[in-house]
Amino acid sequence: MATTVVDKGEEAMNTRAQIRLLPGGHRLHLHDGPIDLIVEAFGTPHEVSAACRAASARFVSVLDELCSELALLRQPCSEESPWPQGAVARRMMAAVKPYAPEFFITPMAAVAGAVAEEILAAMISGADLTRAYVNNGGDIALHLSAGELFVVGMVERPDRPSLMGTTMLHASEPTRGVATSGWRGRSFSLGIADAVTVLADRAAAADAAATIIANAIDLPGHPTIVRIAARELQPDSDLGDRLVTQAVGDLTAREVDQALTCGAHAADRLLRSGLIRSAALSLQGETRIVGSAREHMTITTPPTERILVHA
Amino acid sequence: MADDAIRCDACPVLCYIKPGRTGSCDRYGNHEGKLVRLDPHVVLDRAVERGDSVVPFLERAGEWDGGLGSHADTFVTAIGAGTTYPDYKPAPFIISSQVEDVDMVTVVTEGIFSYCGVKVKIDTDRNLGAECSTVRSLGEAIGHITTSEYGSQMLSLGGVRHLTGGSRQEGTSTCDALLHLCNGDAVELKIDDGAKVVVQAGQPPVVDGSQEERMRVGCGSATIGMFAKQWFGKVDDVVVVDDHITGVLSEHQAGKLLGIPETGIKLKGRRSTPGRYFQVAESGTSWGGTDIDNPLAILGKFNAKKAWPGLRLLMVSTTGEHQAYFELDEDLKPREKDLPASLRKSVALIKENCEPALCTVLFMGGAGGSLRAGVTENPVKLTHSVRDALTRVTCGGAPVYVWPGGGITFMADVARMPRNAFGYVPTPALVAPIEFTLKLADYAALGGYIENVRPLSSIASPEEGRKRMTARPDNPWPLQSSTKAKKR
Repeated sequence: MATTVVDKGEEAMNTRAQIRLLPGGHRLHLHDGPIDLIVEAFGTPHEVSAACRAASARFVSVLDELCSELALLRQPCSEESPWPQGAVARRMMAAVKPYAPEFFITPMAAVAGAVAEEILAAMISGADLTRAYVNNGGDIALHLSAGELFVVGMVERPDRPSLMGTTMLHASEPTRGVATSGWRGRSFSLGIADAVTVLADRAAAADAAATIIANAIDLPGHPTIVRIAARELQPDSDLGDRLVTQAVGDLTAREVDQALTCGAHAADRLLRSGLIRSAALSLQGETRIVGSAREHMTITTPPTERILVHA
Repeated sequence: MADDAIRCDACPVLCYIKPGRTGSCDRYGNHEGKLVRLDPHVVLDRAVERGDSVVPFLERAGEWDGGLGSHADTFVTAIGAGTTYPDYKPAPFIISSQVEDVDMVTVVTEGIFSYCGVKVKIDTDRNLGAECSTVRSLGEAIGHITTSEYGSQMLSLGGVRHLTGGSRQEGTSTCDALLHLCNGDAVELKIDDGAKVVVQAGQPPVVDGSQEERMRVGCGSATIGMFAKQWFGKVDDVVVVDDHITGVLSEHQAGKLLGIPETGIKLKGRRSTPGRYFQVAESGTSWGGTDIDNPLAILGKFNAKKAWPGLRLLMVSTTGEHQAYFELDEDLKPREKDLPASLRKSVALIKENCEPALCTVLFMGGAGGSLRAGVTENPVKLTHSVRDALTRVTCGGAPVYVWPGGGITFMADVARMPRNAFGYVPTPALVAPIEFTLKLADYAALGGYIENVRPLSSIASPEEGRKRMTARPDNPWPLQSSTKAKKR
């Protein structure tokens, strides 16, 4: 049973938000509207408690803050886009601005990563932790103190969660954000990637980059790819009339290779401009890895043993 | 929005949702033009909860206190505990804990109940159907209308005859409806020669498509009595329309006491005592639980010797949901006018005095011999122990009322249990959690399985993957002795 947050200290309280401990008593589940976070902190019990309290306290106003600027955040980002007011919204804008001159992207592309970052920031400013993570539906913000390490599992298809591979993140390296994008996920994608997992210095940056790379993995005009105008599915989608992928038929090995190559080119460019650290691109059982963490990423399942099941 | 999308107001994102689609949260969707709450376990939750064997702990704290993994004040419920069926064995969990220096034991099992059902109280004056009428779900008979209560219609659903005594389809439909009602979900019921009603524990009933809002404060006559003083001087006559007893102010004892003169009003229906009328119309789902949409339909011609042009008449239903104001013209015909502000207050007061209409669902079941045998080798001793109040029975941590007489037949409010506390077996029968809590010494005395008693700490380890929940603050704490029960 979830506990509704009641903070007597504030008026006009958010009574939607739910905060509960998950089974095992170590992970915190924060839920409000479309936001779902799993939070865990490591350290002394006292510090962990303080961090969880800080996460909860920051969390309760995040959705209302975002919604107050939703119109701006759904607009395509340009170099002239005004800066929003809210801290999360500013993280979103900062993450997508680098793409503005060339690509279609709205700040919403970085919302999940930006929320994760903001909650993590509240936790580490409120407590002394060895490690912590905030997982916002696969977009993850990480904290690592010196010498610490996280192993992150990668899932190719959210509808059939099984680990596609793992990646190790060491404190000595700069990666503190992980994000995954693909047409099977909760958000719409313009491309056909099953999953693009990006490691970057921050979660919001990883989120925006994963969106851009997943959009680039595409076979325009391919007959077995079903695309529908985003507005037809969600009238107020930030993607407007752009066609989003709803189904991808079986592709030949050549087609898979061609689409992944497009994505890998895009990922390479982002890598060279310092926007990401590495990326794993996955399409119909084939996976490409781009970037520095190549040696840390382990792909567990051989592609030949995968069976594609289409609903 | 010109198309058929609806706006979701569950959170400030305010998504427009197309038919058959969900909002950005995946939790709310547009189902045939209606906003519906979907399975709350989205992918993320599902992944998270896969490892759970869901034996919830009910934590005593009212709110999460920021602490992690504390096992103090923990009660193990039977939800997800498993059962002793079909072959007899000791209950899956027999847990000892210390309460005020006394060793207590909680025997936890999920009972399989063929002898079970739900009693549903539907707060409405609208006629749902005649007493004893068959109630159907998915076309199958699953229960009947039983004697109505004050302001409420009552249903008795399930029971062994519908579960296992009829056709396979009847049993399955009955089990399905009971399961949904007990788990807090909405079920649409159709009453033979009566209404269609959507029932969900803790929610207002929806009768023939319209949601009930208020329970009446009293019958039409009682309403006249309660509000006569408020109307005095502001209106010449008031009719409170009610399917049971319609009241008329000028004829009613309350009006007489205030010296309200006769108005020459003429009511249809059978006069009971002055100012009180039975059967002014047929039963229905409109004004005061009658079938009339136009209140003038229950009035005859005004008596020209008594009535006068300009006479002011208020007609109102027992819940204040329907109201109309008339003044007589030169021919003594009522002409509808806007309700004067001075009367609006009294109508609002009637409305205010009518409590929100709800559906409430009580699970009722009898613990059979084999269930009791999972607690003790001598089942009747458990019955006696419950009877003597040495053993406390709870249902998913919720308090129960144990019916006097033989056996352990109990009722529990499903709204006081965690959601989805019930399951089913294809027999068909319902699986309900049941916990027996008693002193360790008493447990030994009634032939309990002392060798199977495990300390709380042994099952509180996280690797057993249990779900911790916060106990409802309005439920008595199951481990607290009833004589010392404190108000929490």
